[in-house]
Amino acid sequence: MSPRTPTPAAQELIKGVWRENPVLVQLLGLCPALAVTNSVANSIAMSGAVLFVLVGSSLLVSTIKRIVPSDVRISTYILIIATFVTVADMILEASAPAVHKELGAFVALIVVNCIILGRQEAFASRNTVGRSLLDAVGMSIGFTLTMLLMGTVREVLGNGTFLGRSVLGPSYEPWVIMILPPGGFLTLGTILLIFSWLKRRSEARARLAVAGAPVREAA
Amino acid sequence: MGDLFWILISAAVVNNFTLALFLGLCPFLGVSGKVETALRMGAANIFVMVITALAVWLLNTFVLTAAPYLRIIAFIIVIASLVQIVEMAIKKLSPALFRALGIFLPLITTNCAILGLAIFSTNRGYGLLEGLFFAVGAGLGLTLALVLMASIRENLELADVPDFAKNMGLVLILAGALSLAFMGFAGLFSAA
Repeated sequence: MSPRTPTPAAQELIKGVWRENPVLVQLLGLCPALAVTNSVANSIAMSGAVLFVLVGSSLLVSTIKRIVPSDVRISTYILIIATFVTVADMILEASAPAVHKELGAFVALIVVNCIILGRQEAFASRNTVGRSLLDAVGMSIGFTLTMLLMGTVREVLGNGTFLGRSVLGPSYEPWVIMILPPGGFLTLGTILLIFSWLKRRSEARARLAVAGAPVREAA
Repeated sequence: MGDLFWILISAAVVNNFTLALFLGLCPFLGVSGKVETALRMGAANIFVMVITALAVWLLNTFVLTAAPYLRIIAFIIVIASLVQIVEMAIKKLSPALFRALGIFLPLITTNCAILGLAIFSTNRGYGLLEGLFFAVGAGLGLTLALVLMASIRENLELADVPDFAKNMGLVLILAGALSLAFMGFAGLFSAA
């Protein structure tokens, strides 16, 4: 991390959504992004669980950051995260057993989701409680939007439905492969390729712009 | 014996950890640049998975029956410390082996494939022997996926792809193709 200049609070919130999007830019948390995005409902449930764990652990880590010796900090973070994951797992099992069954082991696997440990180490352990909360919420929103994008593409193409309701009509022949594992790789790969193509294009445009003219950087 | 064999084959190819269950994607995308490195990473993974299977069986049989809600916490802590201890032991006992696997061991500990293995074998109620076969199969499958990906990427270096595609996007598309190919193995079971 570069030394952080004080930024407006809104900045902490927004950066996770776009400029530092955990999945699309930092390529973290790919495991859930690929594994449970075969339907929109699963994507929402997973995003909710990640939001809960990330916000909870960020709050706790930023609160106790001064009393945790730096030698054992990573183990402490993992313990805190594992505790929140256990709680999330139990809540999900009690409130939505069907979804819990569908997500299976992937709820427990949030423990090893690099987004969460990464935010504790890179942000919550060296910022105030308020900022860490904003950062955690921003990152979760970024994660959620990506999950929703993947889930929508895969469910609509692979099943012809959105949240279980038919959108492409009965004559649509489902592209089943999209809700199977290869569809996850293909969807995320395509999204990354499109984004990097757009970025290249806007960079090329910026170069073409008249020298000296104020060029708005692609956010 | 037949059952054990099928557990191994199923974990290795049909339900390949990386290509069908998306576990262990970090090493799959991170260290699949060279075949040599991929092989070592795979070997280290098999090693840690076997240790994990042992630990999980011990925990499930003797400890967690009393407090099943501590499962996630217990798994992650026990596996992490066990790997650390084994790493120290190898460093003393066999420096050659340590040089081959060493740097990968700590990296693997917090990898989703390891915790995934622990949770899957618990959910399926595997005993000691089944768990060990499952671990070896999963490790072999991971190694296979890593080595295949590394071979493709070594050749990709020589290919002339558009500039904007020289990143993870292309690698993920390739992984999709590999995953598609592995789906063919699903036929193994109905044929048997």
